[in-house]
Order: sequence, then structure tokens, then C-alpha cells
Amino acid sequence: MSGALSRRLPAGGDIDRSRRLRFRFNRVDLEGHPGDTLASALLANGVRMVARSFKYHRPRGIVTAGAEEPNAIVQLGGDDDEPNARATTLELRDGMQARSVNCWPGLHFDLGALNDRLAGLLAAGFYYKTFIGPPGDWNLYGPVLRRMAGLGTAPRRRGERTCEKRFHHCDVLVAGAGPTGLSAALAAARSGARVLVVDDGPVPGGMLRESAVEIDGMSGKEWAKQAAAELDASPRVTLLKRSSVVGCYDHNLFSVVERSPPLSFVDERLWKVRARRAVLATGASERPLVFADNDRPGVMTASAALAYIGRYAVRPGARAVAVTNNSSTYAIVRALVDAGLEVAAFVDARPQPPPALAREIESRGVEVVAGSAVLRALGARGVRAAEVASLARPRERRRIACDLVLCSGGWDPRVHLHSQSGARPRYQPRLACFVPGESTLPQRSAGAANGAFALRDCLREGWEAGVEACRDLGFGTPTAEVPQCSDEAPLEIEAHWESPVPAARCKAFVDLQNDVTSEDLRQSVVEGFRSVEHVKRYTTAGMGTDQGKLGNANVIGVLSRALSCEPGEVGTTTYRPPYVPISFDTIAGRERGELVLPARRTALTDWIENAGAVMFEAGAGYRRPLYFPKAGEDMAAAVAREALACRTSAGIYDGSPLGKFELRGTGAVTFLERIHANRWGDLAVGRGRFGWMLREDGRLLDDAVTFRLGEERYLMFVGTGAALHVEAHLERLLQLEWPGLPVFLTVVTSQWTNICVCGPRAREVLGSAGVEDDLDTSALPFLTMREMRVAGVPALVARAGYTGELSFEVNVRARDGLAVWKALLRAGEPLGLTLVGSEASMVMRCEKGFVSAGFEGDGIVNPCDAGYGWAVDMSKEDFIGRRSLARDAKVGGIRPKVVGLLPEDATFVPPDGSPLVESGAPIDSPPVIGYVSQACHSPNVGRAIALAVLDDGRRRIGERIEVAAIGRRAAALVTRPCFVDAAGTRMRD
Amino acid sequence: MMLIPCPFCGPRNEDEFTCWSEAIPRPGDPSSLSDAQWVDFVYNHRNPKGPAREQWWHARGCRRWILVERDTRTHEVLSASAAAP
Repeated sequence: MSGALSRRLPAGGDIDRSRRLRFRFNRVDLEGHPGDTLASALLANGVRMVARSFKYHRPRGIVTAGAEEPNAIVQLGGDDDEPNARATTLELRDGMQARSVNCWPGLHFDLGALNDRLAGLLAAGFYYKTFIGPPGDWNLYGPVLRRMAGLGTAPRRRGERTCEKRFHHCDVLVAGAGPTGLSAALAAARSGARVLVVDDGPVPGGMLRESAVEIDGMSGKEWAKQAAAELDASPRVTLLKRSSVVGCYDHNLFSVVERSPPLSFVDERLWKVRARRAVLATGASERPLVFADNDRPGVMTASAALAYIGRYAVRPGARAVAVTNNSSTYAIVRALVDAGLEVAAFVDARPQPPPALAREIESRGVEVVAGSAVLRALGARGVRAAEVASLARPRERRRIACDLVLCSGGWDPRVHLHSQSGARPRYQPRLACFVPGESTLPQRSAGAANGAFALRDCLREGWEAGVEACRDLGFGTPTAEVPQCSDEAPLEIEAHWESPVPAARCKAFVDLQNDVTSEDLRQSVVEGFRSVEHVKRYTTAGMGTDQGKLGNANVIGVLSRALSCEPGEVGTTTYRPPYVPISFDTIAGRERGELVLPARRTALTDWIENAGAVMFEAGAGYRRPLYFPKAGEDMAAAVAREALACRTSAGIYDGSPLGKFELRGTGAVTFLERIHANRWGDLAVGRGRFGWMLREDGRLLDDAVTFRLGEERYLMFVGTGAALHVEAHLERLLQLEWPGLPVFLTVVTSQWTNICVCGPRAREVLGSAGVEDDLDTSALPFLTMREMRVAGVPALVARAGYTGELSFEVNVRARDGLAVWKALLRAGEPLGLTLVGSEASMVMRCEKGFVSAGFEGDGIVNPCDAGYGWAVDMSKEDFIGRRSLARDAKVGGIRPKVVGLLPEDATFVPPDGSPLVESGAPIDSPPVIGYVSQACHSPNVGRAIALAVLDDGRRRIGERIEVAAIGRRAAALVTRPCFVDAAGTRMRD
Repeated sequence: MMLIPCPFCGPRNEDEFTCWSEAIPRPGDPSSLSDAQWVDFVYNHRNPKGPAREQWWHARGCRRWILVERDTRTHEVLSASAAAP
């Protein structure tokens, strides 16, 4: 490392030389200036080697000056704590701490570099070919490989960064504020449209920031500055700096990441932008050339060198060799020489370089070598020389001393957003690159992003795109004219995908980040891969954090040669968002912790939490108690105590999350008939009924208990988790199938607090809570509902429940819920009233064999299979699912039936979902004849019990089968699916 | 993320909606259909590549069911109308 700031030019650049920023790279303290990126500051300090590569751990340097950088990926420490940051886009901050990745113990002495010597073993498909042993072996080599191959380290801090999301609507979105984008934005803004302009740099202008061009009689840089100022000042325009359009989705939805938004307390902001029209002015990136050891530190794209000199006044080397296949490099090299960079030779792969351009170079004392290419870069830790040879006589290599190889293999329009919209880019042989195809969305690519590389065309296409978007939207046309610049010849290029490799052991890289060589691509073709998508996955080309932005075109080019076809026939791989990596912080925004999925709460949830319940996320987003542990109790003990109490004294639980629908109208009873499998016409006012709602295929949708409150008024209770599905189902029928049926469905789920008191002493509990009405079965039989006062407030009290015990559901207005709950608890305390959580409820449903659509409703079981034939009335003319049930009956065959199981080992609770097999069935792949739908330890039966779905199960009651649980075969007796009070007298009498 | 022009609420993001299926009206008298015809209605949907008429529920909006005509290749919404008068 040479002296501080030694490579900084004495003048120029967009840096503030009056201030110094101290930063640390790999434990060395360095200095830069405001305006620097980490990459430019490193180059200014003479740091060439910034990283080790992913697989071979070869020394790597800075290749680009932008977002496509594959090599200069660093880990940020200190307050940043961020992996995989791109040094080329990272603005230098005072106190920044960065270190290289992919090296251990250090950048200059790296044990992983041995891989480079073992390269023969690490060719394409290495992982697929090598690690196909028994799965257990991964535990041995996995951690080692991860350490060797990983990029950065995941951040340890949590939630310290503040991120937020913002929705935005605009008439015209302009992605990119280079000459094209600025021109488009000016045209649109002057037409009166609401415009959002997004640029990834701290200063708009793109290539104008470093190019010596004139626009409208001023320097390009000055023009960009004035354009940005005009846009910034316009009330209709939002100009986002340091921001990237990272995704394009259906109907012109764009995601934009804004870094360090000004005037805010946010670190990053994710914009979701709905744009009526979009102009994609994302520019083009310069393609490197593929030659042996083209990954040595000091090999750089030509435009990157210009950017370092123009923007940051940093000379990336002392003596350069430039190599190209196209005309754009001439202007770049001219500017570099004028800025004081020594260029030892200018190599053009084309046999006849444009004479006028060549003369300009030669007049600056630089030798132009035509029909030649750089075949190899020499120097392990940094370029020392380049080997140049005529392509006609590649063996006659000439060695030119240099520390910088500037290369250009052409320009690749950044078609990412265009392609994300579903369009396919097409190959343009004249430009040797892929250009946008037909867009399916109201958006248009313009300028370099559209293959129009000349500045004049960029300004014109941008302007036209802005005008066209506004015209489409009905705005006027701008009075001003297209910005003018001096004439410039269009790009001339001859595709040059790869230079001849001078020696077999040399590696020529196509994907620097993932260490994929041209030989890897050829190897995959030899092994039979043809599709570019397959080659990508086999070789990992294009799969790093840079997603192959720099190398993909070369991958396609080299592949086309190996397959003897045109690059257009190879095609591109699929472009997916995000264009640049974004952090999970940004994606999450404020949606962290409890805000990820805000829990629904009932009137009683606060009380229940304070009572020490163990809570869980139940269906429909409700937070419910799982069980209420007493001191020293584990889950099993608490659940057993709760379930036992319900059957011996009394239990109480919050049933408010149950879905509740009120049905009103003259058509209500017809509606109930059509949506249920059983009859409803004869239900008297005040009575309730259980019924299955089926899907049109005859399978279980959900069971409901519905009470008739008045002549044309019903209150329906459905399962918590199914409530939304049932609502959608019922509304669909009412709105789409039977719009003439006079029924109003109102969701009243959260309007009612539902408290269930169950157990032999439930009646006493309600009596003690001030209920004066007669609760005797003769006055309030099973499945009836009466209005009465409980704890002094009006309530709808129903004889219903899910435990199979004497049980009352007390429905009160939500605002009365807590008071009634407390009153019932007080009243019940001397009677042994016990708080019951959901787990005990599930144990009791299992004991009773109440079929649940969520457990036994597997899409095959119909209500008859489930043992509810009594609730199916096929004599009804029609109901949803009837026709399918008729077909089931006709087709016949073996049907799965819901049964009970008693494991012979009374302590063995088989896991839910365990397959059932015949006794004595073979261990390997036995025919499966059913499955355990739910099993538990029943405190009331005193042993393990289970519900199951078993082929032809009803006829097999009394037989023995086996449960094939993981790691255990257990014999079990098939029983009726009810283990407690089979006659149901407790519930009814 | 599609933008669906709900006839009641105006253009709204797709994630406010639930897509049900192709809009096939339920047969008036299912018992008059053969098993094969019934199975076609229940299971065998056309799933066209191109314009399709679908039922969508504006679950997080007005809770109305609407009919959406959508090109399944491009996700272009050709029309969206109220299902019931």
C-alpha cells in the first residue's frame, strides 16, 4: 500500500477536498473525502486487492464504478453491521469500518486460496457431483463449506435500523436520471404531469458526471445540475436521489428503495409506486472482456476508470493497456489520456478500427494495435503486465508492462425492469447486445437502456418518451425543445466473446462473483446442458448477489459459441426483482413483532393474558389461551386438570372468536335449506339446530349451530378458523348464484362476547350469577336460546357447546363481556369453576368424537363418512353438495370413515397424521389404510385415545390395526369415535 | 400486484381481493345432470390461456363479489363489473 491519497489527482472530481473522512479497511486506517465511494477512496489510497473470490479465493480488485460490481463486496462493521455491501455504490462516511469477505484468516494470507490449486476438482457441477453421499455426511462438510463459500456475515443487531414503507401514485415514473432520464423528466414535468424521478447516485447525471460533452451550450455536468434543480423546484416532481427502482410488477407497480431519505428519521424507505406511465432510462453497463486471468486486480471496465477520474479525481492505475471491440472506448481513452493517465497501448479486436478515431488516439502518443486482443493478464495480486497478440497469430504474444487493463466488450442495456414486466429482451446483432422487446405494460425503455447509446439519441429518446407518456394521459406538449448536443457517431462493434486462452491452466472468468469460467460453460455443454437456464443452475453463473449484471452477456456469448448458434437463440435467463439486493429490514418496514400479523383480541383477551394463560395464535388471527397453568404445573397437567373439571364440576371459556352471522329476510329459511345438508323448515322460533355446510363437491366445509331468533331472523355460529371462508361462501351464493333471494347476512362476530360455562355444575354457576330464569331442561332444553339477564345485563343464553357436557353459551354485548365474565367467575369459584384453554377443548372434542372440518375434513371425507348420515337429508330437492353426495353413493367403493382408536399401549399418543396400516404389514412401504386425525391423552378415560380416518372403518370396529408412527409401530383397537358418554345424555338432559 | 377496478370502490390492489374461480353459474337443477356433466361443472374448469371470466371477492373492501375479465397471460384486466343488480 502506498502513501495516503497518492493516487488522487491534484484537481477535479465531485469531492470536497476541504474535509477528510477517516475510515478503516481490513484494520488499516485510511482517509477519503466527502463525495467518495468506498471504492474510490480505496483506489485513492492505492488499495488494489479488495476481496477474495467466492470459490477459488483468488485476489480480486474493483472492476466497475456502479451497482453491477461483482468483486468489491465488503462486510461493514461497527454501527453499520451489514453484509455484502458494494464498495462501488457505498458513500464513504466518517468512521466507516469495512473488511473483505471470502478470506480467512486474512485477505493477504488466505487458506482458502488453496482452492485455486485444486481447481481441477472444483469444476462446474462440483457440488452436485461430489456431495451426493448419505444425507448425514452433510453435517460433517456442510459447516466447512459454508465457511469457505459464504459471502458476508448476517447482522447481529436487531431492529436498530428504522425502515418504513410509502405508497405513491404518479403520472410518469422515470427510472434513472442520466441524460435520458433527465430529458424524459423535463419533458413530462413541463407538460404538467406528476413525475417521480429515481436515481441511484447522490448526484443525478449518470455518465454526464464524468463525460466531456456539451448540452444546450453548457457542459453536460452543468446541464444535469440545472435540470435536476428545475425538477427539484417543481411542485409536481419528486426527485429521489440515492434510490433504486428494484422491481417492476403487474400493472406498472414499482418498488423503489430510498437510502438515507433526507429530512426524516428513517434509514431506508421502501416506496410502492403505481405509475400510469413509466420511462425506463436505466442506461447500460459496460461488458468486460473474457481472457485468461481477467480477474486480476487492476482489470477494470474502461468506463469505470473514467468514472473514477471524472467523479472522484482518482487515477485507478499508473500505466494502462486498453482493449476493446467497439468505438465507445476511443472517447473514453482520449479523456483518460487527457486527464493524465499513461496508456501504453490501445488494443482493438477489430482488424480495421475507425481511422478517424484511431488517429485521435495516436496523436496523443498512444499506439493503436488493431486486430488484436489481450490474451492474458499477468500478476497474481495485481496486474503487472498484459499479454497482447494478434487474433490472427495468437501464439505471437507480446508482453506490455502495465498495472491497469481497461476493457470494453460492448454495452449491455439494463433491461432488468423491462424484463421483470414479463417482456423478453431480444438480441440485436448490430449492437452485439440484448435490447428491450415488446413491453406488455404502459412503459417504454429509452436511451442506452433501449440500445441507443449515443448521447444525442439518449436525449431525444428520453424527451420523446416523456412527451409520449404525457400525450397518452391527456397532458399538453411541452413548449421547449429537445436538449441538443454535438453530433456523435453511433456505436460500432464486432462481438468478441472470448480471447484465445494461451495455456490450459489459465482461467478466463465469465462470472467473477461466482467464479465461473468459460471452461465451466463449455464443460456443461459437453455434459449435455443446452438451455441457458439449466447452464445457469449447473454452473451457478449469474447467481450471486450481483445476479450476473456484469457477466451474463458474456455467459450467453460464450455459450452461443459452444452451442454453435446465435446469442439470440441462447436467450437470457429470467430477470427477477430486486435489481439490487435489499435488506430484510427494508422489506419488513414497521411490520415487526406484534405488527407482523396484528392479533385479533376479544373483550376478554386482556384479562386472560393477565391471568397467566399460555397464549397461542389460533385461527382467523385470534390470540387465544392454550391452557392456564397453576404454579408448578406443566402443560399436560394443566390440560388434564381443565378437561377433568369440565366433566366433574364446571369449566368456563371464552368462545367469542366463534364466527357469528345474523341472517335476516323472508328468504332466510330457504337459504339455510340450500346451504345445509339437513332440514331447516321446521325449526321453531327459539330453537337451534346443528348442520353441516358442504362444498359443491360434497365435502365438509364447516359445521354450524344456528338459532332461530324470530320469524325471519337467525343467528349462526361457525368455527373460528373457517369463519372467513364461510362468509365468502355464503356471500358468493347470495350475490352470484341467488341474487333474488331476500336474505341479508351480517357478520356479528365481534359484536357478541360468547362465554361458555359447561359441566355438571354449570346450571348452579349461572344461578349464582344472578340468573333468575328457569334453566332446567324442561324450560331450556338442549339447543334452545332465550333472552335473559345474566349478572344484570341482557344476554342470549343458549344450551349448546362443544364439550358434550351440560353447557350454556352466554352471549352478551361485547361491552358487557368483561363484567359478565368476572361475575360468572366469582359465582363459580365456590363450585370449582375452572378456566379452560383451547387445548382442553380439543381433548374434549376428541373424547366425544365431534368431527371437525379442520381435522377430519380432508377433502375426501363426506358427512356420511364422518358419521353424520343423520344430518343429511337426501330427500331435499337440492342443497350445496347434494348432487356430489348422490354421485358418491352411486360410485360406491371403499369409503374412508371416521373411527376411534385405542392404542394397546395406553400411554402412547400417536402423532397427528400418523399413517394406519394392517397388522403385520411389511415395514417397508406398507399399504396405507388411513391416518390418525387427532390423538391425545384423555384424563377422563385415563389413557391415550385417538380419532382416525380409516378405509371402510365402520365395518372394522373391534379389529386391530397398526399405527405406523415415525420410529414406532403400535397396535391399536378400532372403536366407535366416542369415548365419553356415548348416549349423549349429559349434554341433553 | 394487479390493480382491479372494483365497480364499488374504484381501482384497488389485488391483495384486497380473493379470487374464487372461473365464473360458471351453478346449474339450476343439478339432479337433471348426468354424473359426467356434474363432474365437469365441479372439477373440470377451462383454465384458459387468454381472456377468462373470474369471480373475485373484495374481501378487504366492500365485500362484494364482482366479475373480472382478465387475460391470464398478461394479467390485463379487461373489465370488472358488479355481479348482482
